[in-house]
Amino acid sequence: MSEHIMSSKMYYGIWIALMVLTVVTARVAFIDLGPFNTIVALVIATCKALLVILFFMHVKYTSEKLTKMVIISSIFWLLILLVLSLADYGTRALGHG
Amino acid sequence: MSDSPIALHDHGPELRHHFSTAAQQRDAASLGMWLFLATEIMFFGGMFCAYLIYRMNYFNEFVAGSRSLDIWLGTVNTIVLICSSLTVALSVRAAQMGKRKLVVILLILTIIFGLAFLGVKGIEWYDKYKEHHIPGASFDASDLIRDYPQIHIDPAHEQIYFSLYFAMTGLHALHMIIGVGIFTFLTYHAWKGLYTPEYNTPIEIGGLYWHFVDIVWIYLFPLLYLIDRKPLG
Repeated sequence: MSEHIMSSKMYYGIWIALMVLTVVTARVAFIDLGPFNTIVALVIATCKALLVILFFMHVKYTSEKLTKMVIISSIFWLLILLVLSLADYGTRALGHG
Repeated sequence: MSDSPIALHDHGPELRHHFSTAAQQRDAASLGMWLFLATEIMFFGGMFCAYLIYRMNYFNEFVAGSRSLDIWLGTVNTIVLICSSLTVALSVRAAQMGKRKLVVILLILTIIFGLAFLGVKGIEWYDKYKEHHIPGASFDASDLIRDYPQIHIDPAHEQIYFSLYFAMTGLHALHMIIGVGIFTFLTYHAWKGLYTPEYNTPIEIGGLYWHFVDIVWIYLFPLLYLIDRKPLG
């Protein structure tokens, strides 16, 4: 891969987006959205994480397929851990786990 | 002169002999760091999993604990970390362009942001200490029981929330302290002029670590501070 130098404008743009999302998530938490409060908070957090991974960590511009495979695999492993554990505990009677 | 092994190389000393090209060396280093970060994801993942299971079972106590945290300080710390990620990203860029002074300034700014984060975290922990919210013999949740009469709070379950709070923010803070150490080392080398447009992999790799720690906080912030802030009915 030849090194890709991102423009500094791009970096500042991502930074502003991250700041705006931080303020939005802190404000939205006080509005009653029922069960959607948690979903909105996690969606915003995932958007922020994606911005950091793709641009600040240069994953969008890497041509190294192995790196991308490691990232996708590690997220997949994490999902195995979380989904299977919650599928177990979530279907037990509360207090008897 | 001609039989000197040096004469065989047409590149600088930064390229190790077991790599063919600088690009290959850079990709290998980056891949190695990502493999390490994969283990880190699973490391923190175990804690997030424990958090989710207990949050499911003891939701009331998690709500009360979450509301007792200072959302203002939490937001400020999130912003501080995002700013530090920006200075890291810009320092990688400055190194790619060979601007030595700018690299040093941006790395020092990163360290200052990192220390500011730890300072604010320390203030928050001290507040919890004063409120007797640190799990253990002197733990006391009576203030939460008084403040939130709408929900039933079991002090034993409340301790689980604060145990996870201190374990998760503590592990994150430990990563921040290590990060500050790494960046002090990088600053010293950058100041000595070790990094050039041809060779700046350590800054890129250190940056990956810093951004990862930032991402952990991006999830910790909503999960610990924003569980349920809306008016209790």
